[in-house]
Amino acid sequence: MEFFRNTNIDFLGKKWYFLAFSLIFSLAGLYSMLFWHHIPWGVDFRGGTLVYVRFSHTPDENAIRSELDRAGLRNFKIQRLGAASNNEELIDLDVRETSEQALDLGKLKIIQALETNTPAGKTDLNNASFLTIKNYLMDKDPLHIGPDDQKYGAEAQAIVDYRDKVQGGVLNSADQLQAASGVDRAVVASLPDVFFVSDFGVRNVEIIGPQVGSQLRTQAALATLYSLLGMLVYLGFRFEWIYGVAAVVTVFHDTLITVGFFSLRNIDITLTVIAAILTLIGYSNNDTIVVFDRIRENIKLMRREKLSDIVNRSINQTLSRTILTAGLTFLTVLALFLFGGEVLRGFSLALVIGILIGTYSSIAIAAPILVAYQDWRIQKGKRPAAMAGRAR
Amino acid sequence: MNKNFLLKLGSIVAIVLFFLFGIFGVPKSLSAQGLLAAISDHIHLGLDLSGGTQLILQVQVNDAVNVVAQNAIEVLKDQLRNRKIDFADVTQPDPQNNPDHVLLKGVQASARGDLLSIVQERLPEYDITSDPNDTWTLSMKPSMLTDLKNKAVAQAIQTIRNRIDALGVSEPTIEEHGQGQYQILVQLPGIDDFGRVKDIMQSTAMLEIKQALGGPFPSEQAALQDKGGVLPADSLLLQGHSMPGAETEGPAWYLVSRVSAVSGKDLRDAQASTDQNGQPSVTFSLTGEGGQRFYSFTSAHVGDNLAVVLDNKVQEVASIKEPIRDQGSISGGHMTEQQAKDLSMVLRSGALPASIKYLQEETVGPSLGADSIRAGVRAAVIGMVAVLIFMLVYYRGAGINADVALIMNLIILLGFLGWSTIAGVNVALTLPGIAGVILTVGMGVDSNVLIFERIREELRNGKTPPSAVDQGFSHAWVTIVDTHVTTIVSAAILFIFGTGPVKGFATTLTFGLLANLFTAVFVSRFIFDWVLSRKQRGEALSI
Repeated sequence: MEFFRNTNIDFLGKKWYFLAFSLIFSLAGLYSMLFWHHIPWGVDFRGGTLVYVRFSHTPDENAIRSELDRAGLRNFKIQRLGAASNNEELIDLDVRETSEQALDLGKLKIIQALETNTPAGKTDLNNASFLTIKNYLMDKDPLHIGPDDQKYGAEAQAIVDYRDKVQGGVLNSADQLQAASGVDRAVVASLPDVFFVSDFGVRNVEIIGPQVGSQLRTQAALATLYSLLGMLVYLGFRFEWIYGVAAVVTVFHDTLITVGFFSLRNIDITLTVIAAILTLIGYSNNDTIVVFDRIRENIKLMRREKLSDIVNRSINQTLSRTILTAGLTFLTVLALFLFGGEVLRGFSLALVIGILIGTYSSIAIAAPILVAYQDWRIQKGKRPAAMAGRAR
Repeated sequence: MNKNFLLKLGSIVAIVLFFLFGIFGVPKSLSAQGLLAAISDHIHLGLDLSGGTQLILQVQVNDAVNVVAQNAIEVLKDQLRNRKIDFADVTQPDPQNNPDHVLLKGVQASARGDLLSIVQERLPEYDITSDPNDTWTLSMKPSMLTDLKNKAVAQAIQTIRNRIDALGVSEPTIEEHGQGQYQILVQLPGIDDFGRVKDIMQSTAMLEIKQALGGPFPSEQAALQDKGGVLPADSLLLQGHSMPGAETEGPAWYLVSRVSAVSGKDLRDAQASTDQNGQPSVTFSLTGEGGQRFYSFTSAHVGDNLAVVLDNKVQEVASIKEPIRDQGSISGGHMTEQQAKDLSMVLRSGALPASIKYLQEETVGPSLGADSIRAGVRAAVIGMVAVLIFMLVYYRGAGINADVALIMNLIILLGFLGWSTIAGVNVALTLPGIAGVILTVGMGVDSNVLIFERIREELRNGKTPPSAVDQGFSHAWVTIVDTHVTTIVSAAILFIFGTGPVKGFATTLTFGLLANLFTAVFVSRFIFDWVLSRKQRGEALSI
């Protein structure tokens, strides 16, 4: 089977369309970054508190809002996570509610606000850890066997496993545990003495102090910069410097459009999204390098032809490979985006967009820059640059 | 079959077996469950998959520097008095930002020689420079300063580890985080409500026993008035628990000696107990040397009062009835039984050399971790199968070749994670790490495509299959190296700058691509050669 055979598309002839396309997307993204949504930093970069909760019933966002209001919290956002049937909500507390002195105060307030009608002095079974449950069992000794670390450890583990792995993190009542394997009836019966069962379980909490946030932002910017510099140096070393410049401009274009897309859609740019972008810097370069490698090879073979013809030929020769590998990588990333779950959504979205843009740009941006540079030199009356690069 | 062929086959089989052992070890049973259990024994899961808590702590290293500087000030005053050198004042001008600077005022230049010898002999960690107006600045030698700060972090890590171990948290990670920012990363698998753990970790637990010189006073002003407006030299005012017998609850102030008779360093053991009133308390015993010092102190001060000070707060004041050698107790402050237990544990684990600030806290509930594993594995399997099928359909015979290489790539990558556990390095598989595995599949197949497309091209140009294969590999090789280097450069930067999950991603991606160099080039070439060796001359290659 073969999709592309002896294609002969005049890519360079379409460079003005490409330029227009890239400009529109870059500028739209840039506009949004500067004047609209700005860069929607995720909680890891802007600081703040993120509490991800699953309820045992359909949550009433208005009720949650007024409970949080009553708890004295002001700067928060509530948003549904995933499908409505998941009963999941994300509570996002601004960094203004997160002080370095008492980092987890916001989280505690949220949990307290959600635990309405808490029986005095009781602990929430849905949000108790293995250690808490084990300590309780050792203290209380419902099986009358003395503080047997192993036995009660196993019982506590069975309770936690049943809650988290079978019931998805939320129990409706302690009686449900009777169906759990490895939990003694006497243990289940004794739980209500100390525990009550709330209507939610905390799935994930992220608290980032303001200091870390700004520190991470600097680091992310630096890491991106180092990545680009690394590429420039490596490509300058392997090819002529203009190849390095063309590749870095291309990658910068990809990064700009990807970040711009996140800004336009106002999707949080978290640490993992930055990781995806750094990966894309490497990946997008792959495609560019493959085309450049071929250009370099062809320059040696076709000394008499115009550079633009050589470049066109090289792109066409590698087109099959470019589209295929991009398609295959895209396939895996799409699987990640569709089936990889909520936590990886931003990460896989960045990869999905980045791979599309990265493939496009290695054809539409990188190669034309080489030709444009050549034309510019000829216009200035200098002799054409020796594009063949160093012998390897 | 020539010898070279057998050698290559042997090394490929050996490598596969080696990494398979990394994944499974020797499984107890070959059933699906047995294999799954073997995998989960060998592949260490990151916190985002196993559930648990991660904290990043800032060690306030300046605290430790301040302690040394305070000590230097005392030594300096002492020495100056001994040598009968006049001085106006010794202070720390800026304990917040430059805690290592000590300012000495009012010493004339004629005393220079004496001053230099004091610093050289008694404060070798300091440099001294003279400023105008009879002022001198002592600043710590830069190497000493970094050393001190690093030691503070190392000691904090050790102390926190002792405390967490005593709480029975399994497999915690406690290590320095970042470069030279004096931060500590703490990972507690399986802990998702850790209020108490956090209190225990944060407690400085600096225990000191000092001579009580006066008090209790209801306020600082009252204490000052009592002493005629000026505190006696070498004493300081500390807050304590409420005034004994006072009707209203409120803080009380005590005047205590600046120098401690014994401190937390001299503790041998501490246990929760109850005092004579049946209240929870903590008893401690001292080391031989500490006990000796305590004995001579108490012998000299029979009838005087001593104060037990914890984290700069007076816990209790008692009079010395007779010399004490090696026992003491802390009570007062209405401790609960749990608090007494925790305090004794914290005292046993040693004091933190500096206070600690929380910078970041992340808790992943175990239910989310379990969901993430499920989603990640599902995405990986779907992505992988899609790629495998595509390669088969598109390249037919050569597709098998690519698929074998991809599967081997996966085995090597997972085996590497398994071997890291066996070796005790524990490179954890995180959710982004699973994404890295998926991405390795997608990017790894790039090498195969590059080679195959080139072979097809060479065949089209009329080359024979053996020479097309040869040309295809040699031309594609340079490009493959280039593309791998750029991706690995990105991943390396990620590894340096990322934490937990992101690091996991960088690791799997890097190692996956390295393994890909081996599988997509060496193994794939081997299979081609094998296929070609079985073909007749001129027979077509399935690609």
